[in-house]
Amino acid sequence: MSPASAADARLREPVPTDAIDRATLRDIFSRTMKVNRTDEKFRSLLIQGKVAVMYYCVRGQELVSAAAMANLTDDDYVVCTYRGQGEQTAKGIPPELWWAECLGKATGTCKGKGGTMHITYPAKGIMVTTGVVGSGLPIANGLAMASQNNGDGRVTLVSFGDGAANIGGFHEALNMAQLYQLPVVFLCQNNRYGEHTAFADHTDSTCIADRAAGYGMRSMHVDGNDVHQVYNAVKHAVDLARQGKGPTLVEAMCYRMMGHFFGADFSYMPPEHIAEMKAEDPLPKLRKVMLDHQFTKEELDGIVSEIDVEIDAAVEKALAADPPDASELAIDVLESEAG
Amino acid sequence: MGQITMTQALNQALDEAMAEDEGVFCLGEDVGAKQGGGVFKVTSGLTEKYGEHRVRATPISETAIIGAAVGAALAGQRPVAEIMLMNFVGVCMDQIVNHAAKLRFMSGGQTSVPLVIRTTTGVGVGFGGQHSDMLEAWFAHVAGIRVVTPSNAADAKGLLRSAIDSNDPVLFIENILCYGLTSEDPGKGYRVPLGKAAIAREGSDVSLITYGRTVLDALAVAEDLAAEGISVEVVDLRTIAPYDEETVLASVRKTGRAITLHEAVRPYGTGAEMAATIHEKLWGELKAPVLRIGGTFSPVPFATVLEQAWIPTKEEIVAAIRQSVGKV
Ligand SMILES: Cc1ncc(C[n+]2csc(CCOP(=O)(O)OP(=O)(O)O)c2C)c(N)n1
Repeated sequence: MSPASAADARLREPVPTDAIDRATLRDIFSRTMKVNRTDEKFRSLLIQGKVAVMYYCVRGQELVSAAAMANLTDDDYVVCTYRGQGEQTAKGIPPELWWAECLGKATGTCKGKGGTMHITYPAKGIMVTTGVVGSGLPIANGLAMASQNNGDGRVTLVSFGDGAANIGGFHEALNMAQLYQLPVVFLCQNNRYGEHTAFADHTDSTCIADRAAGYGMRSMHVDGNDVHQVYNAVKHAVDLARQGKGPTLVEAMCYRMMGHFFGADFSYMPPEHIAEMKAEDPLPKLRKVMLDHQFTKEELDGIVSEIDVEIDAAVEKALAADPPDASELAIDVLESEAG
Repeated sequence: MGQITMTQALNQALDEAMAEDEGVFCLGEDVGAKQGGGVFKVTSGLTEKYGEHRVRATPISETAIIGAAVGAALAGQRPVAEIMLMNFVGVCMDQIVNHAAKLRFMSGGQTSVPLVIRTTTGVGVGFGGQHSDMLEAWFAHVAGIRVVTPSNAADAKGLLRSAIDSNDPVLFIENILCYGLTSEDPGKGYRVPLGKAAIAREGSDVSLITYGRTVLDALAVAEDLAAEGISVEVVDLRTIAPYDEETVLASVRKTGRAITLHEAVRPYGTGAEMAATIHEKLWGELKAPVLRIGGTFSPVPFATVLEQAWIPTKEEIVAAIRQSVGKV
């Protein structure tokens, strides 16, 4: 087989069109709403001035994270970005610990030393949350390399934005992952913006998924507002990775429905764009899918109410918790030092 | 047991560590058997023993190499990543500084990054401006990473074993001009603890504090000056950061005089940091101001005459010692 035909055979993978069973749908709905309600709560705390921290809003991207995470076990690894609330919540970080970390409390996942941009929680596979655009992809390769070396069957998923696809590390990582056939899923959440710069203004590529072909890698391109497409694409990529069939780049088209971070100006987003993204809002779409699958309104509302109760309790606890002690500065810098 | 070169010592350290722990693996450009076991042959023979998965010859992708090492280390492995030449660390600085060094702290101790980054450099081989820099100060300035460099073959073996054992990221700098140095083979399992300096030569008049290749110059100068009755104590830091402040201060307390010496350029160098600390902590006990010797503050030149003029010379070291002890 010539190199070109070998590459062609692996290029764009059709997205499976399988039906999703009811239990899985319910699970995805619950994860999606958990992400959404966490986001809403964070914004309301910020608006009320009850907290003052950097928060990178995930409104519009809840479904991508939730449907992707629904394919992973607790043992699978995830690397995400400052805009990682969706992955973190959907992968199962206990809200109490998550909120405490975001509010800089000693009871947080990272004792208040990481913060919103640096959440780590290995117990649920959240290994790195990075504030440096594009730097998670090479690290995901290493997690996957460790799994490949010791044959533990874990899959690593790394989430990043469209902007990150222009960083050198993206290209280095794709090349290396394909070369070594690493069990990694590259999930690009194309939310159409990198800070203030629109997708079309940072690249002439119209599709990030196409870049995989340059490395001989499989890819899938999906509508990130369609639960079936996101879930099935990531499921397929995860299955292949678990079977030792190497990496996949999945690009999920979605919208960042707010500014870059909460409170940031987003007047640079044209009104017609805003109208378009409102029409594509994944949440009403998911709700419709749920109703079509004979979930009742009451059942769905019940799921959301339970989530709200849990989040409210977590926030109350986090607000009341103590900040870390100043002695923490000397701890965890190097292993042998204090602590 | 006979003599071994520093190259052999490093190779033995990797070999022993890989034999003892399945989690230890090497990755880097040209490190595999097909590529000849590395530019300086440090990894030669390891692919044959441990296979291509444990000696991963990588693409020329420094960010991907260190990123992969960080990820593998987070997952509990002990990668030894090679950056072919130290100047290329600029390409992967983000992975070292923002990730390797900080993830333990930012995760509140939930994760650690037990990785070793081996790299090589050195002035005096005619490589010119982009292949010769000693950049240890860049890393010494970042909390969360250890910086180590050996000055002899036995230390090279013992320090590399300890670096691989360490649960912290370690930047391990090998000086090209030291690869051929020989030592008595220290034997299997030999280790030199990280963070402990060595008194390479005892003396009573002045402490010459250095590390890496310049330890050789320091020892030679000390030998010459002994004939004149000037007694120089040579401190070989071995671990540059965090350094063995206790041993350094004890030596200076004894001699009352100190000179720092390194191949890296003098301004903002590690010597400046030590000089400041010595002044702060031993002010009343010092018999002379602490002096600093380092490379010339210019890019490393190509022409042999210029390169030799760039590097701290033995004459400069002698002059500094005479100035310090007041025998100009
Ligand atoms: C290497 C680097 N350059 C610049 C920044 C500043 N910055 C933070 S987020 C961001 C936009 C990234 O956009 P994208 O990758 O699409 O992710 P999104 O924020 O849309 O999720 C930029 C430029 C950074 N954090 N890291």
